[in-house]
Parts: sequence; structure tokens; C-alpha cells
Amino acid sequence: MKKSVFLGTLAATTLFAGIAAAQSTLETVKARGELNCGVNTGLVGFAAPDANGNWQGFDVAVCKAVAAAVLGDASKVVYIPTTSADRFEQLTSGKIDFLVRNSTWTYSRDNDLKMDFVGVNYYDGQGFMVRKDLGVSSAKELDGATVCIQTGTTTELNLADYFKANNMTYTAVPVETNAEGEQQYIAGACDAYTTDASGLAATRAAFADPENHIILPEIISKEPLGPAVRHGDNQWGDIIRWTLNALIAAEEYGVTSANIDELATSSQNPEVQRLLGSSDDLGAMMGLDKEWAKRAIKASGNYGEIFEATIGSATPIGLARGLNAQWTQGGLLYAPPFR
Amino acid sequence: MSNSSAFVRTEMLPPMAPPVSQAGAVKWLRENLFSGPLNTILTLLGVGAVALLFWEFAPWFWRSVWNANSLTECRQIIEERYGAGATGACWAVIKERWPQYLFGFYPSHLYWRPVLAFALMCVAVAPVLYPQLPKKMMWFTLIYPAIGFWLLWGGSIWVPVVALAGLPIGYLAARIILPIGGAILATIAAIVVPVVWWLFLALPVELALEAMIPASIEQVRSREFGGFVLAFTIGFTAIAFSLPLGILLALGRQSDMFIVNKLSVGFIEFIRGVPLITLLFTASLLLNYFLPPGTDFDIILRVIIMVTLFAAAYIAEVIRGGLAALPKGQYEAAASLGLDYWKATRLIIMPQALKISIPGIVSTFIGLFKDTTLVVFVGLLDPLKGITDAVRASTDWKGVYWEPYIFVGTIFFFICFGMSRYSMYLERKLKTDHR
Repeated sequence: MKKSVFLGTLAATTLFAGIAAAQSTLETVKARGELNCGVNTGLVGFAAPDANGNWQGFDVAVCKAVAAAVLGDASKVVYIPTTSADRFEQLTSGKIDFLVRNSTWTYSRDNDLKMDFVGVNYYDGQGFMVRKDLGVSSAKELDGATVCIQTGTTTELNLADYFKANNMTYTAVPVETNAEGEQQYIAGACDAYTTDASGLAATRAAFADPENHIILPEIISKEPLGPAVRHGDNQWGDIIRWTLNALIAAEEYGVTSANIDELATSSQNPEVQRLLGSSDDLGAMMGLDKEWAKRAIKASGNYGEIFEATIGSATPIGLARGLNAQWTQGGLLYAPPFR
Repeated sequence: MSNSSAFVRTEMLPPMAPPVSQAGAVKWLRENLFSGPLNTILTLLGVGAVALLFWEFAPWFWRSVWNANSLTECRQIIEERYGAGATGACWAVIKERWPQYLFGFYPSHLYWRPVLAFALMCVAVAPVLYPQLPKKMMWFTLIYPAIGFWLLWGGSIWVPVVALAGLPIGYLAARIILPIGGAILATIAAIVVPVVWWLFLALPVELALEAMIPASIEQVRSREFGGFVLAFTIGFTAIAFSLPLGILLALGRQSDMFIVNKLSVGFIEFIRGVPLITLLFTASLLLNYFLPPGTDFDIILRVIIMVTLFAAAYIAEVIRGGLAALPKGQYEAAASLGLDYWKATRLIIMPQALKISIPGIVSTFIGLFKDTTLVVFVGLLDPLKGITDAVRASTDWKGVYWEPYIFVGTIFFFICFGMSRYSMYLERKLKTDHR
């Protein structure tokens, strides 16, 4: 008897779900009225729900900007937490519209996994953290050390490459998650803990005694983290790419969430005028309206504002801009021209 | 004569207390803890280990902080109270995130719905667990899945009503066909008619009813489920459905009918041979490739199906053990009374087989309930790791490690311990032999 109820529910759900015809991602999202954004299940500063269940973070801000650009409302986002194991399948199978989950842009992911990385929102790199009393000041002095390392990640491979290239040996202490790695490191199970530098900074900041730990200066890998979309829908890829570029360009031109309305009417800079839709109609070229970028920037501010609010020096994580500064400030952020 | 009487005690001596070494706590200690050199050493080692653990952890528990807004604040409070370098438990994280641990991202103004669903579930399972309650309560148990579904997910009330209507429709079809076409046709009708109803008629009927009499409550989507609401939803649904399914599979495996037998054996062996994680990944990822794009086949429903199938395979084997333990005479006695297969199974075989299987069934249920935490691997927010990771990812609580695990583990312990105690109660109650 109960089983039948169950099957009935199943059948009903399948039916009521309905079958959407194959259409472009933009049309699907607009018809749905919500953006399915794949984020990390929880990474300090990048994506985390607060006590009320509202998602916040550096990656989450990209979701909000895209939702604002496409749907006109930054709150129309469904945050779908993805694990490192299932994130790419979620994307390729269509469960999420795009992925912004501190995922490294690599050759094989771009080509083999049928995804397109559309840009970089954070330039990361792998580093080491050691206890100060170990007396080590460079990663080159870590010969023979035990290293806590998350298994199944690119960091594991980078570590092996680095030690091999420098003719050193190490003993790996495999850990499953970042929290476990921290715990092992604090308990003294390993001399050094290695993961992305942003993660190390956040981890160190959460220690009871951060002053007793140092992050070594060497960055041993390139980890460009960025949003990714499925192969085959270039229009949708362009929307994500240019939303990100709009956030970066806005910082470059001094457009902030505070002065954006004013600049939209009064700015004499033709690039700003085009960006904010005061002149020309750039949005129409990718199926959006004139003010798409204005809304995207208004959602949580320009790139610099987002950075400072989520992971910047004013937050407990306290990351410096480093590579993630504008090209004019010696960083790598370089948005192509809006014209 | 009168002078030469032997000594005769006229009053009883008061009983003496037994020697100290043969009574009370001392005797118990001597017999149980210090009965020989080896046992004495083991006892001392055991006491030492317990004392060491207590020494290590008691201060940590003692220095608990319940009111703070972040881990840093917790640490400050502990340092102020107990001096620099002191460590203590920061339960403030549980206090702040308590609703998230219970409800996940369920909308906070709707918290009463899962709570009500849980309360009604207790009412619904009561007549199953305690037979002394009135039998009429079983009717509520039968319609509870629809009520629970409606309360948890919301939406139109007609969805569960129409889905539930398939059952009386199947029953009616069987009753109508029975005099005309015989038992086999009636059975087929009882299965086919409801399926046709669910697949083709339910949707238009539901929409028509909704158009005529709109009765909807706010809809909650599966992605908003999390924490213990999720664990309970998956765990209890799977428990409720895996038992009947497991019984059918166990009977199927015993059956002489070739196809039924081979299908049951194949199903059981396949499911038992595959790790649950594989099934969950299949449910969450692989199915997407087969379903038409855009199909929104609910992820929790998929997980429930997989967990139910998984548990059913184990239950089937546990019950097969119970069936195998029954003497052949019981089957023969039932047959000699003129009972047909279903009557014999229902009245003679199953009550005995299930009674024998209780410990195994409950073990499977406990395992199933704990396995609900594995849904974290398909991106659902289970209380143990899903919610905990989300909590740790906030800048306020990064660095909290043991407290959430201890808290969630304790709740799981109480639930599983409760199930275990109930099964022992049931075993005692059903004990009819005089061993």
C-alpha cells in the first residue's frame, strides 16, 4: 500500500516536472526566471551561507552580477552547492547554468570535459604554511618534510612536481578536506600544510595563534580560478565573460556601486558611457538590454568592492590584491575594451 | 534427670553478616574486576585509560562557551576566564546555527511545517509500533505519506490526494474484475489501472481540481532541505518503504516461479554488491544523461528511491534468514489447514519469520539512518558534513572542528539508541517460547 503511494508520488513528480524543449541557456534562464549557479558547498570568503541561509562570498558575487544582468534581479539566484567530485557533471548535465566554484582553468578541463572557462575571477597559486619554530623561511628548505595534502586535487600533483624539480623528498600525509588538513597540521601530524594561497591565508587567520605560523613566499603553481560554462552555447558564455569583464572594467574606470547612477548620466568618459548603456547599445549584441552591465555592477559593486568586502584586507581572511590587482596597478586584471 | 539436662539453646543466634570479602561491592569487585592477576592488570589499565581520557577532555568540556558570535570571540572569552593558552569547547556555533542544523535552508517562517510533519509522523507510526493502540489509527498511517509529503514540500494539496487516489482506484478495479475475469486478471488490473492513472490521468485531474478548488500552500523546493529534516525525510521514508519491499523480495527469492525468483536474486545480489555511494552518484549524475534535458526529477526523491532499494536488498536477506529458520513443518501445517499461499504467508509464516529477524531488521534500519549522511556526496546538505562544512565556511566559524561533529553525533546516537531499545522491547514482548 505504502509502496504504491510512493510510486504515485514519483510518477506525479515526473509528470508535473514537464519537459523543456531544447533552447538556448539564456532563453531557459529567462523562462525559468531564476539562475542556477553552481557554487562551492562552503569555502571561506568565496561561497558560504550565513546563519539565515543567505549565500555570500567572492564567487557568489559573480552569480549575483549575472542574475542582475540577465534577469534584472540579483536575488533571483538558486545556489546549487557542488562538491569537487560532482561539479563538472552538474554543469555538463545541465543541472546548473554555470559554475563559479574556485575551479582551476586547465587545458584538460577546458577541452576534455567539454567546458569553456570564460575568464578568471581570482588568480591563485599553491603555497606552504609552516610553524615558525620550524625555522624554515623558504619552500626550498623543506627537504624531507612531512606535508599535509588534500588528495585528488591538482595541488597533490603540483607538490610532487615541485619537489621532483628541486630534487627534494617529502612524506605526504593525505587528508580529505581542508578542515581535516588544518586539524592534522595543528596536531603536529605534518611539518607543512599546502593548498591554494587564498585558502592558507584563511586557514591561518582562523588559528588561535596565527602569529606562530608563516606562509612561505614561494608560490609553486598557477591556479587561475574562474567561471565555466558548457561547450556549445557561445552566447551564454559571452554573457558570463562580459559580466565578469564589466565588473573588472568598472573598477578600472572608477565606477562603484555608490557613484554608478551619477556616472550613468554625467560621465564624460565614452567607455563608461558605453559600459553603463548611456550611449550605444552593447547589450543587444548578446541578447540583453542596454543597462545590463549597470545592474551587474550595482548588484555587489565592482570587482574591487567585491574583493574588499569578501576576502580583502579588511576581512578576517585579509588577502592582498597581489596578482588580482588591475593591470594599471601591476596586477593581471585586464578587461578588453567595451566597444 | 532434672539436673543432667544437656545444653539446649532456647533462642536463635542472630545471623552474622557475611565476611566482608564475600558480600556487597567488595565481592562484586573481587569477582568481576580483580579475580586474577591478568584481570587485575586489565582493570587497572582500563581505569587508567578512562582517567586519562577524562583528564584530557573534561576540562575542554568544562570550559564551554555558549554565548559568542564567532570563534575568535569564543577564544577571547575562554582566555579571559581561564587564562592564556586555555582551550575549551565553543558551543556557541551550535547555538547560532541550530536552526540550520535542524532545517537546513528551509524557509524560516515555515519551520512549523516540518515540525508538524514530524509530530504527525509520530502519531502515524504509533499504531505500527504499539499494537495495543486502536486499530483505526492505521487509517491515518496509510494516508500519512500524502500528508507528510504535502507538509514538507507544500504546493497544491491535490497532488498527494490524486496520487493517493490511485490506491482505491486499483482496489475498485480489482473488485470489479474479480467476478468477471478471475483472480489473475484482477491482480493485473489492480496493478495496471493505478499505473495508468498515475501516468496519464493524474496530471489533468490534478490540474482540473486545482482550477476548480485551489488549495495550495507555499511550495518548498528540495534544495532548501537540509540538516536533520533531510536526514529524517530520507531515513524514515526509506525505512517505511524498504520493509515491505524487502519482504516481497525475500518471498520472491524463496519462490518456485523461475522469473520471479531470478529477478529477486539478481536484484538483491546486484544492489548488495554495489556501494551505496555508487547508487547515489548514479541517482544524482548518471540519470541526468538519460532523462530529457530540463527534466526536473527531484533529487531527494531520487536519493530516497536509491536508499530504499539499497536497504530493501539487505532487509530481504535478513528476512530470508528468518524464513530459513522456520521449521518446514510450519509451512506444511499451514498448507494442511487449507490456507492458500498468501494467507499462509500472512498468518503463519511471516509473523514468525519477522519475529526472528527483528534484530537484523533493526540493525539494517540503524545503518540506513546513519547512511543518510552519505548524501553529502551528491551535494545535499546532510547534518554531519554538509551543514558543518557550510558553517565552517563562514568567516566567523572557520576553525571549529570537534563541536559540530560531537553535537550531530550525539543526536544520531540518541535516535539509533532509541531504535535499538525499541527492538529489544519488541523482542521481549513477542517472546512466546519458554527457554
